[in-house]
Amino acid sequence: MITAERKPMEELIECLKPYHRILLVGCNECVTVCAAGGRKEVGILSSALQMAFKTEGKNLEVKEITLERQCDPEYVEELVTHIDQAEAVMSMACGCGVQEIARRFKDKPVYPAVNTTFMGASERQGVWAERCQGCGECVLGLTGGICPIARCSKQLLNGPCGGSTNGKCEVDPDIDCAWQLIWDRLKALGLEDRYEENIPAKDWRTGRGGGPRKIIREDLVK
Amino acid sequence: MENFEPTIVAFCCHYCAYTAADMAGSKRLCYPSNVKIIRVPCSGKVDSIHILKALEMGADGVYVAGCLEGDCHFKNGNIEASKRVAYIKKLLDEINIGGERVEMVLMSAGMGERFAQTAVDMTEKIRKLGPNPVKSASKADHAA
Repeated sequence: MITAERKPMEELIECLKPYHRILLVGCNECVTVCAAGGRKEVGILSSALQMAFKTEGKNLEVKEITLERQCDPEYVEELVTHIDQAEAVMSMACGCGVQEIARRFKDKPVYPAVNTTFMGASERQGVWAERCQGCGECVLGLTGGICPIARCSKQLLNGPCGGSTNGKCEVDPDIDCAWQLIWDRLKALGLEDRYEENIPAKDWRTGRGGGPRKIIREDLVK
Repeated sequence: MENFEPTIVAFCCHYCAYTAADMAGSKRLCYPSNVKIIRVPCSGKVDSIHILKALEMGADGVYVAGCLEGDCHFKNGNIEASKRVAYIKKLLDEINIGGERVEMVLMSAGMGERFAQTAVDMTEKIRKLGPNPVKSASKADHAA
């Protein structure tokens, strides 16, 4: 999922200062799962914002809506009936959702309520960790299902480096050395030989090196 | 401020604090009428939004009363509630309402005295803190 965290209240209050009526829009997908911008978080932020404004003697009307998926135009269209009553929109979705609203409603200021952080997985309840960087050329088949791009601090394709100590990364002792994890996994699978094969230099153009990316499926395009 | 009588909402778990309130009654213990009790099936049922809504609607203080650690009827609802209260305290600090207006307390069903004392302590604490700034701002709005 795409993970996110709510921005500090001070920042949110500051950008909403000029307004009296806003739409607060959540998303039922990734940000719901990582407890950053689902229906529940929309309710909490709405209540907190209204209280914060009241303590300063001001009034903020907040219309709460949580869309099924904020990164899809079909669902963003549901805001049409509410958008006119709002002076601005605050989105609790990831950056994709915020931009989709900005694209659809060109005359309405849109503000992000969360900092979109990374593509990750739940380690346990309340803990999410980075697992994928969307490099566009997956190497997980070579590395025992553990990504050296997302999980090695240096993104080494042939590791570990000299900073690996007792299975931990020199960058932070809380970070597992990805290459230690890869080695342990390959060993458990009896695939130690694979470790000996050098992975060639990666073509980063499939990642961000080639500029903003697009996927076009000819069979689906209308 | 001298005549300020706070309104306090207490979310009380059916299996402990609510029964402790009954116990306090049976023992003829006095506690301030400022505390308005809402019975919940478990303190873990109390969500962040319930606490915020109580404050938004004008409560001056809120506390969640759950079972003693290890005694939750539903295993760990009290622990979950404690974590939520801690989260809300931080949020209230961020918006200058003050996290100290919200507390988590633990007690067993037999602790009538503890229930009454908690009500006294919380009332005194909130009285010292003064009215919920949200409420006073709203009143000023009406007066204007």
